[in-house]
Amino acid sequence: MTARRPTLAVWKFASCDGCQLSLLDCEDELLPLAGTVEIAHFLEASSAVVNGPYDLSLVEGSITVPSDIERISQVRAASRRLVTIGACATAGGIQALRNFADAPEMAAVVYARPDYVRTLSTSTPISAHVPVDLELRGCPVDKGQLLEVISAFLAERRPDIPSYSVCVECKQRGNVCVMVRDGVPCLGPVTHAGCGALCPAYARGCYGCFGPMDSANMPSLLATFRACGVGDDGIERMLHTYNAWAEPFRSALDDEVDSR
Amino acid sequence: MTHRGDGSRVLRVEQLARVEGEGAMHVEMHDGSVTDVQLRIYEPPRFFEAFLRGRAHTEPPDITARVCGICPVAYQMSACNAIEAACGVVVDGGLRELRRLLYCGEWIESHTLHIYLLHAPDFLGFAGAVELAQAHRAVVERGLRLKKAGNAIVERIGGRAIHPVNVRVGGFYRVPARAELQSLADPLRRALDDALATVEWVGGFDFPDYDHDWELVALRHPTEYPLLDGRVVSSAGLDIAPEQFDEHVEEQQVPHSHALHARIRTRGNYLVGPLARYGLNADRLSPLAREAADSAGLDGVCRNPFRSIVVRAVEVVWALEEALGIIDAYEPPPAPAVEVVPRAGTGAGITEAPRGILYHRYTFDDAGTILDARIVPPTSQNQATIERDLWQLVERNRELDDEALSLRCEQAIRNYDPCISCATHFLRLRVHRH
Repeated sequence: MTARRPTLAVWKFASCDGCQLSLLDCEDELLPLAGTVEIAHFLEASSAVVNGPYDLSLVEGSITVPSDIERISQVRAASRRLVTIGACATAGGIQALRNFADAPEMAAVVYARPDYVRTLSTSTPISAHVPVDLELRGCPVDKGQLLEVISAFLAERRPDIPSYSVCVECKQRGNVCVMVRDGVPCLGPVTHAGCGALCPAYARGCYGCFGPMDSANMPSLLATFRACGVGDDGIERMLHTYNAWAEPFRSALDDEVDSR
Repeated sequence: MTHRGDGSRVLRVEQLARVEGEGAMHVEMHDGSVTDVQLRIYEPPRFFEAFLRGRAHTEPPDITARVCGICPVAYQMSACNAIEAACGVVVDGGLRELRRLLYCGEWIESHTLHIYLLHAPDFLGFAGAVELAQAHRAVVERGLRLKKAGNAIVERIGGRAIHPVNVRVGGFYRVPARAELQSLADPLRRALDDALATVEWVGGFDFPDYDHDWELVALRHPTEYPLLDGRVVSSAGLDIAPEQFDEHVEEQQVPHSHALHARIRTRGNYLVGPLARYGLNADRLSPLAREAADSAGLDGVCRNPFRSIVVRAVEVVWALEEALGIIDAYEPPPAPAVEVVPRAGTGAGITEAPRGILYHRYTFDDAGTILDARIVPPTSQNQATIERDLWQLVERNRELDDEALSLRCEQAIRNYDPCISCATHFLRLRVHRH
């Protein structure tokens, strides 16, 4: 008698599909993985759906419509472990820019009949609605980290997901600091590691797509940005992207004003 | 689930799988005739066009990539074209070739994903590629190898396969050394063999006999198979520059969808994507791709959406040859980007995303701040055509039982490779029979 394989489910909320696509981008690992876990619910990959409960659920996307508040509760109830994958599920995503603005006004920019569109005025992370076992960062997630999370789950160990900043990865990679050398503003000092310091390796500043690291020193970095010649507008644009709703990116400028 | 009684039939398929995103379909029949078809797109709206207002002219390539994780390069390229047009800059020579190479990588990756993981299982009676691999492992491994070759191009130039970081208005942040690209050549040559085998494989599938007379719309370039630029042409004689797109195409909002329906003002619905590109540009294919198309039984125009899988496979052959040619001739451009100085004005850009033409238009003030943005993705252009196709398909197949008819409808939707993330959320198929 063979042991039952653990079941894996993948769920999508408001998002671009990129994080779940990362799983299909594991070209070398996909078929071995499918032999180790039972892919029980992954609509993008298969029309065969196995009913829950599921041992591990990967959740992509943020909560932006009323019906998804109920749906995420159902997913949570059907999942032994729930891991959010990517900036939308973990921080609300780029669509959380609506949280700083007037959502009905935004709908009127895109749609002639905004009354046909049912949407919440906010985009919120999964953790604002249900308990989450782990949050994987990135826009998109790194597929190596995604495989690490699944492997750790199968081995019933803690995943090895470093919590230091992109700066550490930059040093490991041997990059020259773009902020020191070129005066290019870079969010690396406050951004969660995981990408392997990609942007500095391509001669540009980090744009924070893995979101803020724990205990980020925002006032210090903002002072450095100002020394690079970046004003309030520029700083706001840099922070208002894929993790805009995550603290301390969300209120770094306000906090700076308060502390003056 | 099927309920029958009082002569009325209601059929529901709760979720449509193997499309990018989620939506729903609704069909109503009265006395055996179809009275309504709605492709319902529930993808929660994300309001990109609204929050682009007030952003800098340098930002759309990174931001709009996030519309779609499957074709981010398409968004980056259309955004760059539009912004550069507004600023009066032409990016040419080696930088243009490098952009085309990056884009070829995305075509290879996206088309192969659709062929092997989303579409082929329909023709062979499997639920998905994992199930297909249990019976034909070597075939699925070939598809994954091919997909990986496309991703390798995007990763090498762009830094990562999804939301590449190296694209900027005016060019790139860093251009690769010749040796960095040369090392891609051998795997791509092997991938070309896999691509030719793919054409042969899908060419042997059984295709239902369907032909449509939709107006086909695609880019047309003076010498190249269309990818990064060109005029917008159609099978009904349209021949316009990208900046004339709004004069000829309008978008309408319908109550049942979060994606706007595009139509040609004077004529109505139309089709973009591989069938349209191929139908209007078959003469621009490379000899090897042309030969592969011929041997798979495609003539100059293919109007059967079920055979779009063959056209995609032919386009993968073309993209691999094109990529190999660009790599072979590559010399690093003198600078990674040309300067793009902002100015007040409007610019439009259209490129051929894997699923068809993708239109971006931006209006800037003199400091380069975005005053207005408009994006028309391929799937919203095809939406009305998909509905018409379903309408005819249901009428022609009303003798099928509910389950078979539903499956046929789902397959018909997948023929268009709809990217519902560029427009969807959950696809739920409902057929009501009265």
